[in-house]
Amino acid sequence: MNNGAYPLIFERSRSGRTGFSLPQNDVEEMDVDGLFDEDYKRKEKADLPEVSELQLIRHYTGLSSRNHGVDTGFYPLGSCTMKYNPKINEDVARLPGFSHIHPFQEESTVQGALHWMYDLQESLSEITGMHTVTLQPAAGAQGEWTGLMMIRAYHEERGDTGRTKVIVPDSAHGTNPASATVAGFEAVTVKTDERGLVDIEDLKRLVDEHTAALMLTNPNTLGLFEEDIVEMATIVHDAGGKLYYDGANLNAILGYTRPGDMGFDVVHLNLHKTFTGPHGGGGPGSGPVGVTEELEPYLPKPLLVKQEDGYGFEYERPQSIGRVKPYYGNFGINLRAYTYIRTMGAEGLKRVSEYAVLNANYMMRRLEKSFELPYSQHCKHEFVLSGSIQKKLGVRTLDMAKRLLDFGYHPPTIYFPINVEEAMMIEPTETEAKETLDDFIDTMERIAEEAEHDPEKVQEAPFTTVVGRLDETTAARKPVLKYQPEE
Amino acid sequence: MEFRYLPMTEEDKTDMLKTIGVESTDELFSDIPPEVKLDREMKLKPPENEYSLTEEMRRLSSKNSDIRQYVSFLGAGVYDHHIPSVVDHVISRSEFYTAYTPYQPEISQGELQAIFEFQTMIAELTAMDLANSSMYDGGTALAEAITLAASQTKKKKILLSESIHPDSKEVIGTYAKAHNLELVMIGENNGTVSIDELDEHLSDDVAAVAVQYPNFYGQVEPLGEVKSKIEEKAKKAMFVVSANPLALGYLTPPGAFGADIVVGDTQVFGIPAQFGGPHCGYFAVTKKLMRKVPGRLVGETVDENGERGFVLTLQAREQHIRREKATSNICSNQALNALASSVAMTSLGKEGLYQMAKMNIQKAMYMKNRLESEGLTVMFDGPFFNELVVQLPQSVKVVNERLHEEGIIGGFDMRRVNEKYEDCMLVAVTEVRSRQEIENFAKIVGGIS
Repeated sequence: MNNGAYPLIFERSRSGRTGFSLPQNDVEEMDVDGLFDEDYKRKEKADLPEVSELQLIRHYTGLSSRNHGVDTGFYPLGSCTMKYNPKINEDVARLPGFSHIHPFQEESTVQGALHWMYDLQESLSEITGMHTVTLQPAAGAQGEWTGLMMIRAYHEERGDTGRTKVIVPDSAHGTNPASATVAGFEAVTVKTDERGLVDIEDLKRLVDEHTAALMLTNPNTLGLFEEDIVEMATIVHDAGGKLYYDGANLNAILGYTRPGDMGFDVVHLNLHKTFTGPHGGGGPGSGPVGVTEELEPYLPKPLLVKQEDGYGFEYERPQSIGRVKPYYGNFGINLRAYTYIRTMGAEGLKRVSEYAVLNANYMMRRLEKSFELPYSQHCKHEFVLSGSIQKKLGVRTLDMAKRLLDFGYHPPTIYFPINVEEAMMIEPTETEAKETLDDFIDTMERIAEEAEHDPEKVQEAPFTTVVGRLDETTAARKPVLKYQPEE
Repeated sequence: MEFRYLPMTEEDKTDMLKTIGVESTDELFSDIPPEVKLDREMKLKPPENEYSLTEEMRRLSSKNSDIRQYVSFLGAGVYDHHIPSVVDHVISRSEFYTAYTPYQPEISQGELQAIFEFQTMIAELTAMDLANSSMYDGGTALAEAITLAASQTKKKKILLSESIHPDSKEVIGTYAKAHNLELVMIGENNGTVSIDELDEHLSDDVAAVAVQYPNFYGQVEPLGEVKSKIEEKAKKAMFVVSANPLALGYLTPPGAFGADIVVGDTQVFGIPAQFGGPHCGYFAVTKKLMRKVPGRLVGETVDENGERGFVLTLQAREQHIRREKATSNICSNQALNALASSVAMTSLGKEGLYQMAKMNIQKAMYMKNRLESEGLTVMFDGPFFNELVVQLPQSVKVVNERLHEEGIIGGFDMRRVNEKYEDCMLVAVTEVRSRQEIENFAKIVGGIS
């Protein structure tokens, strides 16, 4: 049963309670109040909650128990690569020599950090087949924007200023067209054909002297490998455009093929997906970008390089698009990814993709018996089902997703990609055991059966979560975005 | 080789291949054209066992001079503050750190409520109507604030105080290129933004005026005067303030001065320096801009039983719904670090925040006195928070090398900001520096000739 509301930390607050322990104030005699004009001294203290330490811990522990993570249970959320987050990564990231170093320290005092950062750049270059990698972008979307800004700078520097369009498949992640816009381009959509792949004829129609780039996820968001990639690369390159690789789905191809070998000019990676940086409830991520030798001069600055006397940052980069983030990227997330790559090596990473793809195909072949499978070829690391059969029975994909909650599962990604009706996008990842997949499949079959014989049960789900279905319409119509005590 | 993250057995594999109807996993990759297949093993270091890798990383980490072993006076946007023990215990709960973005609210109430509380705390600190769930960091948050102001006012000219963080200025430069914005630097006068220069450049075609509070030199910008100038000369221009949220425990919040957008970084609350990231940007606005805010927002609502619950809301602003028409392309944010900061702010509470902010000022003031007693010149004479600029008899590099020998990490070389600050050091003094450490620093620096 739903067990209702949980107090806010502000509702637990009582005047006079403290949960803090500050260092000793051994300069108490300093009178600072006279230093500031009255106008610049806060009139009323900021009303932060006043709770004891145990109250704080109970509050957040309670909140954590109202949350589902990968460690809690299966999380087959397509396109998000919810794989296991290794614990050694967390321990390494917390070593004081990494967690407590300052970005403006003299380079000679942080060589241990620069060493693995450089090694990570090199490893990612090898994994993606790109010439040079920067670790600066904060997340995938920022990596996309960085890559597109570099493509823009490249065209502009050649006086090729008419290249205003970026082509994006209709199945692409929303960040692709959004990044194109914020990089100053116009996003143009290329259609998906009956195979679930980019429609080559449509692409040919769209590509011209205004094409700055084609952005592609390969395998795409339907989990299908764009097998015409070589031809697509030729079409775009011949027209003077560049090829951008969205690395969201790299988990499918590690050691099998590389974006650089497919003809991509720019690649971004989501280290919080393929390379086990934890998702953190929405972030932080990390979005390194790799480029061909031709685009190397445009990389954001500074760039970490190996010098005679150690590692250091190169600031003199006149063709650089500039800085995209203060300091040197999400170091802590990059460190987790590095630890993972070192744990797996080339052999392990290739097996990651092998098993991610095997798991996905196994689930797909079993689930196509109960659900419509719009594209039937082998998939890569994920696949998309349609809830169209169940929809005819009055049960929506949303209902089935909510019903899955009752069995302790995080549902698949739903209603994406937008070109599949009632889509359910399932990505098991390689870190899940066959028993887990079998149990999930059994549950999905049971829900399909319920949809047929007891549709209300699915329509009214969930029954076991801490709250029932929430009213999102009212939330958007009359937004309440902060706690306001009742007067 | 065995891999502990991969549970696949030979038996599983055989069963699964049979179900799929293929002989080998290679068949599942037959859609990759042969000419782009990698026909060799990737050249990476061999797989490492847990013990050896941990030891190797420990050795690497110990090559760095960390600010737990060294006494640090380095700030410049990233500060050495006390991190309450509770913070790491909370964010190490795997229900938080191994979760995705809370798109399924029924099983994400913990994260959603924690973010809602974060939004509330930031709105309170800044005295703004609302705050979002976080941005990458203070620098990119400021750049997004400026692009928001430009799109809201439909104007291209941005007045930027020179006393903003240098990395933020560079990031703004990159964002400005993307949006074809015109940046005008407003110089300083005795360490704060020059009101005369501002007056000179303010006109109806200005989209935004941006300042940092306290600014990069630690000085408290006269927000009231800036706001009056905007009112007088460019009523429609947005007032953007990048504020250190800890300082707002003592200083009048930007919202009280009529700021339209307030951004900054919550690294000061419970987030370690970790070489510059991940930290956590915040983004607070007036109600008027609610539907233009970048990034995720959590809102309160009720479930079908009328019980309070939380959901991601106003998603029509965001990339996964609006695609090319989104207000920003941000997707992943810094949720876990926002949680860390929420825990640190909760731990401090109303009284602790005030005491901590005040102690920062007191200790920095004590440093100023000590440096002056050593005969050194501390630049600027306006009010400051926890940083100050001192003129040295030698280059900052030489002084920092000397300090390093004494187990001290010295301040930021101001020459990186402007050549006129040759031999000037930006010194940060937070609540964790003791009287004795401050005296020792002043003595060593004062003794260098």
